[in-house]
Amino acid sequence: MSNYYVRRTARVFATIFAVATLTFGLIRLLPGGPFTQLRAQLLRQGVPASEVDARISNLQNIDPNAPLWRQYLDYMGAVAQGNFGESISLGEPVAQVIAEAVPWTVFVVLVSTILMFAVGIFLGSLQAYWEGSRFDKAFSGLSIGLMSVPFYVVAVISLYVFAYQWGWLPTAGTVGTNVDKELSVPFVLSALEHSLLPIFSYTLGGIGGQALAMRGNSIQVLGNDYVRVARLRGLPDRRIATRYVARNAILPMYTGFLLLLGFRLSGTVILEQIFSYTGLGYYMFAALKANDYPLMMATFLIITVALIVGVYIADLTYSKIDPRISAGGSDEAY
Amino acid sequence: MKRTEREESSAAESSAVVTDGAGVDWRGSASSSVTVTRAERLREFYEETVLKPMLVAWSDSRTRLGLLIIGFYVSLALVAVLGLWRAPSTSQAPRYLTLFENMQYPLGTTASGTDLAALIIHSTPDILLMVTSGGLWATGIAVLVGTVAGYKGGSVGRALMSISDFVMAIPGLPLVMILAITFNPKNPILLGIVININYWAGLGRSIHSQVLTIRENNYVEASRTMGVSTPRIILKDVIPNIMPYVTVNFVFAARYVVFASIGLFFLGVLPYSDQNWGVTLNFAYNGGALFSWSAAHWLLVPMAAIIGLSVGLILLGQGMDRVFNPRVRTRLTGESESTASADEKDTGMTEVL
Repeated sequence: MSNYYVRRTARVFATIFAVATLTFGLIRLLPGGPFTQLRAQLLRQGVPASEVDARISNLQNIDPNAPLWRQYLDYMGAVAQGNFGESISLGEPVAQVIAEAVPWTVFVVLVSTILMFAVGIFLGSLQAYWEGSRFDKAFSGLSIGLMSVPFYVVAVISLYVFAYQWGWLPTAGTVGTNVDKELSVPFVLSALEHSLLPIFSYTLGGIGGQALAMRGNSIQVLGNDYVRVARLRGLPDRRIATRYVARNAILPMYTGFLLLLGFRLSGTVILEQIFSYTGLGYYMFAALKANDYPLMMATFLIITVALIVGVYIADLTYSKIDPRISAGGSDEAY
Repeated sequence: MKRTEREESSAAESSAVVTDGAGVDWRGSASSSVTVTRAERLREFYEETVLKPMLVAWSDSRTRLGLLIIGFYVSLALVAVLGLWRAPSTSQAPRYLTLFENMQYPLGTTASGTDLAALIIHSTPDILLMVTSGGLWATGIAVLVGTVAGYKGGSVGRALMSISDFVMAIPGLPLVMILAITFNPKNPILLGIVININYWAGLGRSIHSQVLTIRENNYVEASRTMGVSTPRIILKDVIPNIMPYVTVNFVFAARYVVFASIGLFFLGVLPYSDQNWGVTLNFAYNGGALFSWSAAHWLLVPMAAIIGLSVGLILLGQGMDRVFNPRVRTRLTGESESTASADEKDTGMTEVL
């Protein structure tokens, strides 16, 4: 059994390594390659042509004239130490940009995903409880409707209505411009105010799918013999609902939750762009537009690592939460 | 109930045809293959693959609505292909007409005086192509990887699953952005594939786990002992079992293509030659439609087009479950209200937007 955990952990590092390699390759695929932009920019700034290469290798930890394998080793070595070089467009160390961006993104994604699951589970279980009623039918239709609305449509509409037309909420940014970046009441309030619309639009569309999933799971569980036995034993309804039905219905959604956290990180590329919310996705897109390769690679890697860790935690903990699943599984070849 | 009787009688008819022609039909397939003419076989094929699924699909109101909506989009595409509606061009109409203000331009016009209805209609063919190719690509690769890995197991299975895990770990949208900038795919079919370039991984993983249980079935074991080749077992014994799941997920993959492509067009990342829904949305967003009520329709019309298509796809996806579920199919009754519940559980494995 411990063998499985060791192998699984080893695979996390192998995957991160592979993705880092992939990003190294991807960047070299891009038009112009990784150094053209920087070289042009440095020349514009008046750096003498003879010094440009030295400056580049100083900034990016990679010597542009070295052979590819050498560049690769340098790059991987630097990434392993958390050194992503310096952002071309912002002129700051990439690690610093990312450290400032990550909390915002994590906050929005985490809160919206939790909200989405909470509301979805609540609605879905009510629907299952009153299966076939008018409430159920109405909300099933509503869920399908919600599933069909991409979050960026919600984002644009809510921005249009609440921010531009009614002016209730700010149109852009993570905190107000006149608020100091320190942990104080005005700061928190301003941050909440700015995050309200992104969280709302990222939550709303996802509720439908979760509600339908929860409804389906609950109806399935309700049909089981052990629920009937529990009723026959005269257990109180509340106990049946929470201990027997809800637990078994939520269980299959647990893995989905962790995976969704990872997947939704990459959706922030669109979300944060609409709200000019300076998180990971915003910088990723900005870097892509500005050919800022160091920043782009770093954001790409960070999002990937988050996803890998999400899958890893899901795999490891699922067998703990659901004793029926044994970790690893035994394959036999045919 | 009526339909059930009809189906039974038609089934009785077809078996009667076989026995009449061959006398006593105790040798089964050998004699029937002689007597069943090609026309009969074609008709049976038609009944099994087209008529019955359509009947089942039509019997459910949600699927019916889904089919109607998809049919509407297909006819929009036809209108564009056949050239029944004017092509979009700038200053072909007064600027900023709102909805139904001028019945010549029912959906209104943009800031540059382009007919919005023309914009929507003329981008439908490309979007449908893109959606179909993306869905086919994602489900095709997923079925291939999932069944082979699940059935073969062992080191082949482990290798394929490791690859899937790796592909799954790459964030979809950022990857698509980089690929789009690198390869600049303008062909809608290619674009659909690029957008779903790594969608198959999660799907393949859940197909894999389903195949793990299917391969333990008696009939699969029987085929194996009879020496049937692996590809044939996968094709004949395994894939029919996962077909319902696959079709439902084809629809979800298609919906992902819609959401992701329009989102990326909206950001202005994907290359385009003509304006489509996403590009229109982008122009409206950047063209100041956010600041005034009078230009709101410029945003709302492409949004409605996107939402309509995905509603159709989702309704269809939920109905597909019944079409392929043999138990529902033979009964032809609308008893199981909890459609797609069993399938919904696994959607967490694939990317959503």
